[in-house]
Amino acid sequence: MPKIAIKNLQKSFGSKQVLKNVSFDLNQGESLVVMGGSGSGKSVMIKCILNLLQPDNGSILLDGEELFGASSSIIGKARSKVGMLFQGSALFDSLPVWENVFFAPLQKKIISRQEARREARERLAAVGLQKEVADLYPAELSGGMQRRVGLARAVVEAPEIIFFDEPTAGLDPIISGVINDLIVKNVKELGATTITITHDMASARRVADKVAMIHGGEIVWFGDRKDLDNSGNPYVDQFINGRVSGPIKVDVT
Amino acid sequence: MFALQFINSIGRLFLKFLMATGRLTIFSGQALFQGLRPPYYPRQILRQLVDIGYYSLPVVGLTAAFTGMVLALQSYTGFSRFSAEGAVATVVVLSVTRELSPVLAGLMVAGRIGAAMAAEIGTMRVTEQVDALSTLSTNPIQYLVAPRLFAGILMLPLLVLIGDIIGIFGGYLVSVYKLGFNPGNYLHQTIQYLEPIDVISGLVKAAVFGFFISLMGCYHGYHSKGGAQGVGTATTNSVVSASILILVFNYLLTALFFS
Repeated sequence: MPKIAIKNLQKSFGSKQVLKNVSFDLNQGESLVVMGGSGSGKSVMIKCILNLLQPDNGSILLDGEELFGASSSIIGKARSKVGMLFQGSALFDSLPVWENVFFAPLQKKIISRQEARREARERLAAVGLQKEVADLYPAELSGGMQRRVGLARAVVEAPEIIFFDEPTAGLDPIISGVINDLIVKNVKELGATTITITHDMASARRVADKVAMIHGGEIVWFGDRKDLDNSGNPYVDQFINGRVSGPIKVDVT
Repeated sequence: MFALQFINSIGRLFLKFLMATGRLTIFSGQALFQGLRPPYYPRQILRQLVDIGYYSLPVVGLTAAFTGMVLALQSYTGFSRFSAEGAVATVVVLSVTRELSPVLAGLMVAGRIGAAMAAEIGTMRVTEQVDALSTLSTNPIQYLVAPRLFAGILMLPLLVLIGDIIGIFGGYLVSVYKLGFNPGNYLHQTIQYLEPIDVISGLVKAAVFGFFISLMGCYHGYHSKGGAQGVGTATTNSVVSASILILVFNYLLTALFFS
């Protein structure tokens, strides 16, 4: 049984159809990278899977459990298996870093505040941050540091599934490399199934087992990472080579 | 043709109004329902109590003091035209407790707290922090909205009670030290015609206004979109809608209590 099975997922905003019959399966421990241009529907797809956006139609199976149209308790149970690193990190401004990292366990009252504060220092060290960072607020951190705190928060409960929404966006190549290595390390340690959205080809090649190319709300290519350079798919070729001409039309006027 | 377009636009506006009212009603129902269910967030509640109650005290106190002082001065100059200066104390105490303290405190807090709530939650919305709450097994309505509603309902009456005292004291200062009233007589007249319902009606109004201020701040912030501009619009809308609701419900509650 696939860990994640998506079938004919559809989502529109008004008259604009953003997702058109998106389907794929992902097995336990596999790492899928979803690539595609801006506005192609990648983030919407992840948000629909998590029910942060209500899909119009389709089927979303997590461990065989249907989430489309499911009750809030089933969705809540499914979300507890998932960790997510948001594009802008989405750290809570009003809380110090240690409380951000242990937010979910603290809300569930499965750890005391003293323990969480102590433990957070170790978790931060695991993502390459100094222990003193624990007592700072998110606004006092650089973009790369925020992303690492976001990663520590995403994996704090050892989730079975992790979503990464453009984890290296806006970061320099060196910090991007650090984030990619941390993602691979954490995912390997946890044995988690992951979906990563990225424009960054270096990141895609580093973290992917499978790659999906999404264009105009549809998956136009799905295959193994090793086939990426020989996909024979004009969309993939244009995207990975960064060509202006090709089937993906770019409005440069 | 022009008439049809006119009717069309009125119909569209009316439908938009109905949709917004429906969305707001569902949001309030969700907030009240979720707020009564565990888990509760005492740290969030405490933070909101301090934000709304403690930090609004200077602005509410200042407003109440000057309102009481101006009221004493104005009613004296008006009443002296027909030798009714003796009614100044009664006019001050009734106006402050029944109307001015709850309405002005409500409007000041709407500007200070309602705007801050809309801006904070709106920023959380556009930076995906609200989505992050959902992925971290936390209901955003329970975590963000319910504590603010609770604190608004609880702290506004407290602020208004303090505003009542400061407003009456402001009237006393002007009447005694500027207009030459006898302090004992002034205090006697203040208490003589004051009935419990005058204070209670003001406190009930304050609780209702507190609910609307928090509700509008949270609702507009929660539904903001489009980045900084969207957050700005949400902030403006929260203050305007809360102010309108305060004025409308002030009339309705006055009619309920005193007609």
